[in-house]
Amino acid sequence: MKKTYILDGLCCAHCAAEIENNVKKMDGVDSAAVSFLTTKLVIETAEEPSEDMMKKLKKIVKKVDSDITVKEA
Amino acid sequence: MKKRIVRLCIGAAVFAGAVVSAFLPLENAVLQWVRLVLFLAAYLIVGYKVIWKAVRNIAGGKVFDENFLMAVASIGAFFVGDYPEAVAVMLFYQVGELFEDYAVGRSRKNIADLMNIRPDSANLKVGDEIRQVDPAEVSVGDVILVRPGEKIPLDGRVLEGDSLVDTAALTGESVPREAGCGTEVLSGCINLSGVLTIEVSKPFGESTVSKILDLVENATMKKARTENFITRFAAVYTPVVVLAAVVLAVVPPLVIPGAVFSDWLYRALNFLVVSCPCALVISVPLSFFGGIGGASRAGVLVKGSNYLEAMASAQCVVMDKTGTLTRGVFEVERICPAEGFTKEQLLECAALAESYSSHPISASLKRAWEAAAEKVGRSGEIDSARVHDVEEISGHGVKAAVDLAGAGTGTGQEGSLEVAAGNDKLMKMMQLTPSADEIAGTAVHVAIGGRYAGYIIIADQLKEDAAEAVAALKKRRIRTVMLTGDSKAAGEAAASVLGIDQAYTELLPGDKVDKVEELLQELDAECADGAVNEADGAVNEADGAVNEADGSADGDGAKRKGKLVFVGDGINDAPVLARADVGIAMGGLGSDAAIEAADIVIMNDEPSKIALIMDISRRTMSIVRQNIVFALGIKALVLVLSAVGLANMWAAVFADVGVSMLAILNSFRAMQVKQK
Repeated sequence: MKKTYILDGLCCAHCAAEIENNVKKMDGVDSAAVSFLTTKLVIETAEEPSEDMMKKLKKIVKKVDSDITVKEA
Repeated sequence: MKKRIVRLCIGAAVFAGAVVSAFLPLENAVLQWVRLVLFLAAYLIVGYKVIWKAVRNIAGGKVFDENFLMAVASIGAFFVGDYPEAVAVMLFYQVGELFEDYAVGRSRKNIADLMNIRPDSANLKVGDEIRQVDPAEVSVGDVILVRPGEKIPLDGRVLEGDSLVDTAALTGESVPREAGCGTEVLSGCINLSGVLTIEVSKPFGESTVSKILDLVENATMKKARTENFITRFAAVYTPVVVLAAVVLAVVPPLVIPGAVFSDWLYRALNFLVVSCPCALVISVPLSFFGGIGGASRAGVLVKGSNYLEAMASAQCVVMDKTGTLTRGVFEVERICPAEGFTKEQLLECAALAESYSSHPISASLKRAWEAAAEKVGRSGEIDSARVHDVEEISGHGVKAAVDLAGAGTGTGQEGSLEVAAGNDKLMKMMQLTPSADEIAGTAVHVAIGGRYAGYIIIADQLKEDAAEAVAALKKRRIRTVMLTGDSKAAGEAAASVLGIDQAYTELLPGDKVDKVEELLQELDAECADGAVNEADGAVNEADGAVNEADGSADGDGAKRKGKLVFVGDGINDAPVLARADVGIAMGGLGSDAAIEAADIVIMNDEPSKIALIMDISRRTMSIVRQNIVFALGIKALVLVLSAVGLANMWAAVFADVGVSMLAILNSFRAMQVKQK
């Protein structure tokens, strides 16, 4: 299934790429794409992302840039 | 943003004061201290946020981010004693960031403008009451009201009212379309003149406007190869340059006799300033987005940066005939009466004889007769009372007794005559010799009263801009191929009129896939021969390297340089659209299948948009290349000059911030599309 999140505060293209690459490597994520211009993160997962996954995802984002917050689209 | 500007201005003012004080004639210890304090104050005003963020990110486990690099470079400059440089690095870095944010904000606003076709509300009719609701709440079968000036919120059919609708947001077409009772209208269009009552035929999520919005929004998710290359490159570039900086600071002072540590440290700090990857990374997606945005304003939807990139290296364009180059509507093309008959007679008789049939050919005869009758001042209405004893002869045509009173057949007889209309087999069956002319298209031979009266050619009409479209492709040295299920004569005639290089006719839908496969193999073979010129210089080589790295992941056609583009109407050629490197569907307006199956959708029916999108993609790619070459070139140059001690920190700041500004400005050009 496809899930879209908004990366609020995403302001550097390099960070966007880094988030994309790291989220791609997450367990349970089939594919991930970040569009720097729409500040959106789209992930494809086999199942509904668990809370644990969400935590991990948020951690990845925080690590790349602490000013970004992840919001449900 | 305003706060930031104010902060930078104050910082800049303090900085200016400090610099000016350096030129004061009197020199004493107090003044030196004042100056240092001023520089420090300016530095902190401008840069405290950067330093703070660097600290936080390090605490979060991330070291090589640009905040850190800038902080280290500027603090380092302080220690070396270059106060003005230290402040300048921070100041210009921040100004650059500000500019970058502005540029990105502008691009994001452009997206928002594109998204502006999203309707905010719908006027739902419940009984006699009109209620304003969210379009998503309206269900199929509901009736909505659209007033002049409003956007049509959902796809539907007009129940009442006449108006003009502006489809420009969807098609880029400036001429409004008429809409009246029974017309299908699409969401996203603007109702211009009259009030329309519309019965909703699709839920909001499946309406045209939602589909298009979804498509444009997600287009930047599908990244081009160049884009992936540059982000991967950046991931390597920064650590390498930082490492080089460390080596530069430590090794030469130890190895070279007489080398001063602070001198080499200064050079190393330059490296840190130049090592920021953002300038490089940001301008590439910005350019692609500009290209996609420009294309969609011209009525062409591109579903991903990767397709835009592929279009730029298109070498062969394969086009379907019906619906792509032709309108897909049969029309009478030519009327060739035999001796003793006139065009009008021939057409009238044929139209009457065929009047009971619902075949598209009969319909085209009727239409042509209506038009012709009007010209000679007669009613084009088909009076069915004038036709008797209709006999359809399967696979041959039709025979009927037609009352020709008033038609002036010139046969000397009035009253009913036997009219036969059909193919040449019918004529032969009647012991008549049909014209032996070479005929392109479908011919309807007509016999009146047992005499051969001539034939009428029915053909699918070429689109107005079809020839122009093919010529434009040829001008760009693109090989053009046409595929059609039509007869050899009709297909080849169309191809030669349009100037298409190759035409394959009488193909079944499955054959089209095979032909495309063949053409793909031919392209492969050509590339293996090295027929493609490799002379584009450094960037192509960089591209080549990425191609190889990416080849396996992207599957078919990833390695091939010359791309095959297929253009179809999206109705029955979905497999071919999928097989080609880039599949373009025509007339996406209202056709879900086309939007789903294709990589690029031409919203109005114009084949001339193929060349336009090619131009946009080539232009975008050249901007992307310029940016990459320019950014990397300047950075490399400054790195080399810094290493040998010829470049100061100002040059390094330019290589970082200045370059990124120029690259961003350049990428804005991709948005502008020349419309012919």
